[in-house]
Amino acid sequence: MPIKIQESDFDLSAEIATLRKGDPRVGAVVTFLGTVRDMNDGSQVKGMTLEHYPGMTEKALEEILDQAKARWDIYNTLVIHRVGPLLPEDQIVLVAVTSAHRGEAFSACEFIMDYLKTAAPFWKKEDTPEGIKWVDARVTDEAAMARWAKK
Amino acid sequence: MKLELRFFASIREALGVSQESVAIPDNLKTIADLRSYLVARGNPWSEVLADGKVLRCALNQHMVDASTPLQDGAEVAFFPPVTGG
Repeated sequence: MPIKIQESDFDLSAEIATLRKGDPRVGAVVTFLGTVRDMNDGSQVKGMTLEHYPGMTEKALEEILDQAKARWDIYNTLVIHRVGPLLPEDQIVLVAVTSAHRGEAFSACEFIMDYLKTAAPFWKKEDTPEGIKWVDARVTDEAAMARWAKK
Repeated sequence: MKLELRFFASIREALGVSQESVAIPDNLKTIADLRSYLVARGNPWSEVLADGKVLRCALNQHMVDASTPLQDGAEVAFFPPVTGG
């Protein structure tokens, strides 16, 4: 279950090929790719910088992946999260999950992403025409996380 | 008790500090006690760590709540709610 925190970009096809290579049990690969938008909360976004908490970030993501593995019948997982300066249209995060069937992989991928949004220590700072500002956490992200507790 | 304090994102910028080693009085038992102790330093601490501000805390790199007991030698971090992904 590789976890990569990096400044550099990544190649989706190459990452998926590596993740499922040598495992003929895999019948489903679900991925989520997050990209940088040029608009947030009504402001034009020229670029952003991502800060994280080295050490804790990796631990938090490991914990998230462990929970996903305990909860769904999945084989392998991958999280890549970029840090540092990013521009609109840039790739920012990749979550990939392999399993025998799509249902488990879809659920696990969504869970990992929802959990990452509220528990992994990353912070976005946006460059807008009104100045440079830290992004506020969304209430909808907390709600997205909370629904996994009810099941 | 000795602690290693870490601050991130908007909290780090507002305080102008990213890391600090502190020796705190023994009567401080929890994360909440530590926060009050730092607030008592006055500005900018009193403003940035004020009660009304929504903060997250980590003890030895695990997210914890304010009632969590402190441990000697621990790394304690304060930061705003996370916004990755």
